[in-house]
Amino acid sequence: MIDKPLTMWQHMQLQGYTRRDFLRFASWLAAAAGIEASGVGKVVKAMETKPRLPVVWFHFQECTCCSESFIRSSHPIVSDIVLDKISLDYTETLMAAAGKQAEEALHNTMKKYRGEYLMLVEGSVPTENGGVYCCVGGRSALDIVKEAAEGAKAIVCWGSCASNGCIQAANPNPTGATPIHKIISGKPIINVPGCPPIAEVMAGTIVHLLAFDRIPQLDGLGRPKAFYSRRVHDTCYRRPNYDAGLFVETFDDENARRGYCLYKVGCRGPVTYNACGVMRWNNGVSYPIQSGHGCIGCSEANFWDNGPFYRHLASFPGFGIETTADKIGVAVGAATAIGIAAHAVSTNIRKRKLIREDIEISVPPSDSKKGGA
Amino acid sequence: MASRIVVDPITRIEGHLRIEAEIKDGKIVDAYSSGTMVRGFEIILKGRDPRDAWAFTERVCGVCTTVHALASVRTVEDALGIVVPPNAELVRNLMFCAQYLQDHVVHFYHLHALDWVDVVSALKADPKKASDIAQTISNWPKSSPKYFSDVQKRLTGFVNSGQLGIFANAYWGHAAYKLPAEVNLVAVAHYLEALEWQKEMVKVHTIFGGKNPHPNYLVGGAPCSINTDESNAINAERLAYVGKLFEDAQQFVEQVYIPDLLAVAGFYKDWGAIGSGLPNYLAYGDLPMNGYNDPTKFKFQRGAILNRDLSTVHPVDGKNVEQVQEYIAHSWYEYSGGDGVGKHPWDGETKLNYTGPKPPYEHLDVEKKYSWLKTPRWKGNAMEVGPLARLLVAYASGNEEVKEVVNSTLKALDVPVGALFSTLGRTAARGLETKLIAGWAKEFFNQLLANIKNGDTRMFNNEKWDPETWPAEARGVGLSEAPRGALAHWIVIKDKKIANYQLVVPSTWNASPRDTKGQLSAYEAALIGTPVKNPDQPVEILRTIHSFDPCIACAVHLYDEKGRYIHQIDTF
Repeated sequence: MIDKPLTMWQHMQLQGYTRRDFLRFASWLAAAAGIEASGVGKVVKAMETKPRLPVVWFHFQECTCCSESFIRSSHPIVSDIVLDKISLDYTETLMAAAGKQAEEALHNTMKKYRGEYLMLVEGSVPTENGGVYCCVGGRSALDIVKEAAEGAKAIVCWGSCASNGCIQAANPNPTGATPIHKIISGKPIINVPGCPPIAEVMAGTIVHLLAFDRIPQLDGLGRPKAFYSRRVHDTCYRRPNYDAGLFVETFDDENARRGYCLYKVGCRGPVTYNACGVMRWNNGVSYPIQSGHGCIGCSEANFWDNGPFYRHLASFPGFGIETTADKIGVAVGAATAIGIAAHAVSTNIRKRKLIREDIEISVPPSDSKKGGA
Repeated sequence: MASRIVVDPITRIEGHLRIEAEIKDGKIVDAYSSGTMVRGFEIILKGRDPRDAWAFTERVCGVCTTVHALASVRTVEDALGIVVPPNAELVRNLMFCAQYLQDHVVHFYHLHALDWVDVVSALKADPKKASDIAQTISNWPKSSPKYFSDVQKRLTGFVNSGQLGIFANAYWGHAAYKLPAEVNLVAVAHYLEALEWQKEMVKVHTIFGGKNPHPNYLVGGAPCSINTDESNAINAERLAYVGKLFEDAQQFVEQVYIPDLLAVAGFYKDWGAIGSGLPNYLAYGDLPMNGYNDPTKFKFQRGAILNRDLSTVHPVDGKNVEQVQEYIAHSWYEYSGGDGVGKHPWDGETKLNYTGPKPPYEHLDVEKKYSWLKTPRWKGNAMEVGPLARLLVAYASGNEEVKEVVNSTLKALDVPVGALFSTLGRTAARGLETKLIAGWAKEFFNQLLANIKNGDTRMFNNEKWDPETWPAEARGVGLSEAPRGALAHWIVIKDKKIANYQLVVPSTWNASPRDTKGQLSAYEAALIGTPVKNPDQPVEILRTIHSFDPCIACAVHLYDEKGRYIHQIDTF
């Protein structure tokens, strides 16, 4: 092992890239991350002086959909990320080593780069019954996450499991599944919810950290504003149908075949903050609504308990696209729970008329007493 | 002297699995497989709307995403007597095929290959010779000396950086690696190509289901409407996109995956006699050509094989309460009838009852309960499920396409039929069915085009969508084949809500602990007899376990004969 890791520029030289290639890459990185031209110099400087960021990726109560989503990234593609941009020193899904050797690799990074490594977490942590519901190497996930967090520079919580508990935290949360931010304090935590998050949102979060060496701007729920500041409803290409009162009444009816709004068949777009409508999935191919199914709200806390998916929302707060998650606050996470009285839609009488006949009392939120959100 | 090794975590799998194995004279003489994570899906599902169950169960696994959604919608449709339109069946088949193509390729290159391919050895390869080899085995265009030299240069730069990332601390240089440096280089190049290709394949899911992982499904059909005169629906452009993805997939499978598989297998023929495991195989069959309710017209046949007797295929019925039963003698659960009974999933119970050691622990008490997996049995028999089981059942059922591809491969590799029942056989079977599926996908695609051309654009059956149309009580079962093997869901619906929901997944069949009678399940059985040259670096265990493509997380540790660890494996 070479003691002093190479900087990204040295690393690219070894791969045969020219200075010109390097500068072009740096400009691309800056552009991808939304930095104005004057900031490109900073990116170049950072890459000339920094070794690849050491990264450890943990798997707890999860289904690996976040890892799968990550490898779908189209810009940058994942082999470029793991070979050139970061040093992914531990991930149970992809690493060659296993057992003892895997643990050693993890240990080496945590020791050598104490205070510098980036910790990624996929999955929630069960806290009931002494954490016996998820063990790795004979240790509880709870134990592992606490130790690893101590030496981490920052923590990125991939997906809804790590960000808000997701499905295992759904009522009655049999294992006490708990998101990371409820276990760890005193470290920067970035929540990247979604089941899974969009591949390029995951890659984009990493790129942001690498290029600017700082945490992206987060909203009140710890989510990067770049990807979670707009409701799916407000960025949905079918929104004009909603405004015009054109709704799908049942799947595959004439209106469905015309691509009308899916609000009446349960779409959660109006209470879901995510980039699906803008970035779409798998390099922009489609997103749930475009393919005919309502949004199920998978990036929102407690979405599994927000009523049956095909029962439409009773009401939802805020109508205008000026609304952001912080303005509405955490109420969006449980919008159907609020009930029509508290949050009757009031800003648009014409639209209210159109949907009034469909308003009904939605199911109460389940009592997610343990973990969750 | 026997020693016990523990591997924890077993990497390059989905989930949390731990293997403890006893080694004597360089071979495994006993093995224990434990799933160490639980979430309690079946408990969470109670009381929910049955039409939502697909979304919940899909989250069981994000690697084999879609398969639980498919099993779930079939289960609910079976309970309620819903028949889906032919187009919806075809869309489900196409999503099924896309899943297999992506999943099997990723398994081969990214989860399994590093057990056979020495990445560091590729640094010493002669790119010109690598190019010659590549061009001999395939017409794949990326095969010039310059191409392999560029890959090697990139890899050299990576290794010289001192940060080895995902390749750090592995078993490189282990005597069990037998490929020439040039074949290793070709495999590493294709590792990177496959990583880039797989993200394309899944776009079939994105088009029909809106996203991947975890595309959307729908009880009664598929959510994507067809309208050839509308930009907001499945139209000619969307269909052409799907067609192109499958064309590319077939090329990749036939020109990269299969040639690589055969080339690598040629150097490891001894693994055709290792890891044989159970003699019983179970497949539910899948890929309906005449609707899900006509299993006689499936591409993969349904049935069971006992004692490797390929002359008899036993009929399998998910509704017969005497056939599939789950046991908990060695699982951390509680049954109302006690630990000795087996329960058909309709009467299944899921009550967590952890009685294992308090973490941190050094080893599990394998004499008692040691896993979060229940132990399923078919008519009391332990069964192997997966690609090998599917091919064997199809072969024994007289499936001509399967017979042809199996026989020609045995001939090409010059190995006996018995080599199928092995670690190598499992890995080869996965490749062979991928080749078949790449062809079948095009048949389904053409059938979908023909239906639309003939004016049938139906995608959803609305008749039983409204819960008011449902009976007070209904029971259903949905059978499917996940990439990792036979998958089934069982539901009991009462008062329009889920009263009971049970899943018996492939890795439960394969990775479960022993049953009440002490019968081993597939992983445990297959590990017995597997050689382990160096207990410090048990790459052979990974080979056999990965040949099943586990969908759970595992762990491995090493003990001596008194149960003391030879190697303490700290998580950090």
